[in-house]
Amino acid sequence: MLDASEGYITEDGRKIGGVVMEMKNITLRFGGVVAIKDISFDIREGEIRAIIGPNGAGKSSMLNVISGFYVPQEGEVWFHGKKRPAMRPYEVARQGIARTFQNIALFEGMSVLDNVMTGRLNFMSAGLLSQSIWRGKAEREEVENREAVEKIIDFLEIQHIRKTPVSRLPYGLKKRVELARALAAEPKLLLLDEPMAGMNVEEKEDMSRFILDVNDEFGTTIALIEHDMGVVMDLSDRVVVMDYGKKIGDGTPDEVRNNQEVIDAYLGVAHD
Amino acid sequence: MSDQLIFATEVILNGLMAGVLYALVALGFVLIYKASGIFNYAQGVMALFAAMTLVGIMNGQVPFAHLINAIFGAHITHFGWNVPALLAIILTMGVMVLLAWAVQQFVMRHLVGQEPIILFMATIGLAYFLEGVADLMWGSEIKTLDVGLPQGLNVWIDDTTYGILGYGFFIDNLDIVATVIAALLVAALVAFSQYTKQGRAMRAVADDHQAALSVGISLNFIWVLVWSVAGFVALVAGIMWGTKSGVQFSLSLIALKALPVLMLGGFTSIPGAIVGGLIIGVGEKLFEFAIGPLVGGATENWFAYVLALIFLVFRPQGLFGEKIIERV
Repeated sequence: MLDASEGYITEDGRKIGGVVMEMKNITLRFGGVVAIKDISFDIREGEIRAIIGPNGAGKSSMLNVISGFYVPQEGEVWFHGKKRPAMRPYEVARQGIARTFQNIALFEGMSVLDNVMTGRLNFMSAGLLSQSIWRGKAEREEVENREAVEKIIDFLEIQHIRKTPVSRLPYGLKKRVELARALAAEPKLLLLDEPMAGMNVEEKEDMSRFILDVNDEFGTTIALIEHDMGVVMDLSDRVVVMDYGKKIGDGTPDEVRNNQEVIDAYLGVAHD
Repeated sequence: MSDQLIFATEVILNGLMAGVLYALVALGFVLIYKASGIFNYAQGVMALFAAMTLVGIMNGQVPFAHLINAIFGAHITHFGWNVPALLAIILTMGVMVLLAWAVQQFVMRHLVGQEPIILFMATIGLAYFLEGVADLMWGSEIKTLDVGLPQGLNVWIDDTTYGILGYGFFIDNLDIVATVIAALLVAALVAFSQYTKQGRAMRAVADDHQAALSVGISLNFIWVLVWSVAGFVALVAGIMWGTKSGVQFSLSLIALKALPVLMLGGFTSIPGAIVGGLIIGVGEKLFEFAIGPLVGGATENWFAYVLALIFLVFRPQGLFGEKIIERV
């Protein structure tokens, strides 16, 4: 089913493209602790790629390496066929990699609309002077970006809270606003750090639906970390399994489910 | 109207005018504190530095003249030209931006993630360093600053109030100008933070560093921007205070008056800085007028601090500050 260069067709008939991001032999250490040990995998265009593993397996660390928050001691990160030099997180974001956080990092003092608008900052290039007199380019940009943002707000069904300060929202909605902000950047790669952590069943179903819809509607490539095994298996096209900083499995949900090492390390413990 | 009431009204008006100047200094503190959590002790010195630089440029003074003369045995002090006020203000703003960049590049960048007290200590160091640099650059003598702002008694107000009340109010033209400029400055700051890309990024950084990084905002750039804006506010405050009472090193002590203003208004609120400044200005003038004679005067020296102390006890977050809620 997997083709090295051309991509593949998923079970539900979606066409997955070439490699967008490739991690090559990544090793990340904090002092003497090895968080990630020599891990390689790739993420293909249009797919939903999951990274799973028990607590402390190094999943979040891996996401932080991709988004530039951590710099690995060894290994290479390739993005769109080019080796990525050491970068700061904001530079990675400007390359088109958006993310959400496990513990929600929103601008609490701003409204939902303003929060989502920050996702568009890199689409605005009008200079300070033209903005201050509010003409021409700046105005056009503001209107265009506003339209793009409204579309995403509609899509994620958060119109009713557009003007609400984020600090007043319940947890589940905050997670959705964070997703909206990441989407507003029209990312080439969207990273979701435990998008369903701390949610009830209903909220989890909503979020799963939104993730699938986003992938379907915008063709967004998504890499996500998740604890909930059931959710991951339903959502993802391919799964990387980590344990103690090492990769112990990589493949379709079915392949991973039948991988003995994975069963021993993770599924076995979880389901026995 | 009774005489007492008329005098009190005049005192209140003068207090409001003085309050505007306090508010200007406090505003600079709030800007930096909101965006980076740094209490910038050097804000007052920045106002002094800005005012000295402005005077120096206007008079065509050679910067570091003492140093240059001592090393090369020369006797230069002036370039021999005068720079028009507006151009000099623009050049001074350039110097303030350069200062903002240097502060970020050489000091604050290396202290990211440190305890607030460490950052605070760094700004104390910065204050004395900057004071030394200002001295070395422009000399320590008291200078007059005249950028062409109107000064002295406002005759129209004097005449009008005399006609109505039989007593002419003494309101300084400079105070009126300061009030108008402060209002414009605040309006400009609000417009900047609400409606521009950089302003939006600035608010984002003030709110959450991680989230700001994740949408592609460079913290370094924003902090240079914030220090530049604070430098601009310092320049405006420096011009007002310098015109009023001469450019001298005691100018940096105004910073201390901004502290009670901030305790009243809250460290994170721009409207708070304005209202706090006005309350302190009016409060201390009115207190001196009403109670001063009973306790031998000079209450203006301590009134603001006592008021701030009372506020600290009953409303530690200030009038407009974010409420401090500790989850247990």
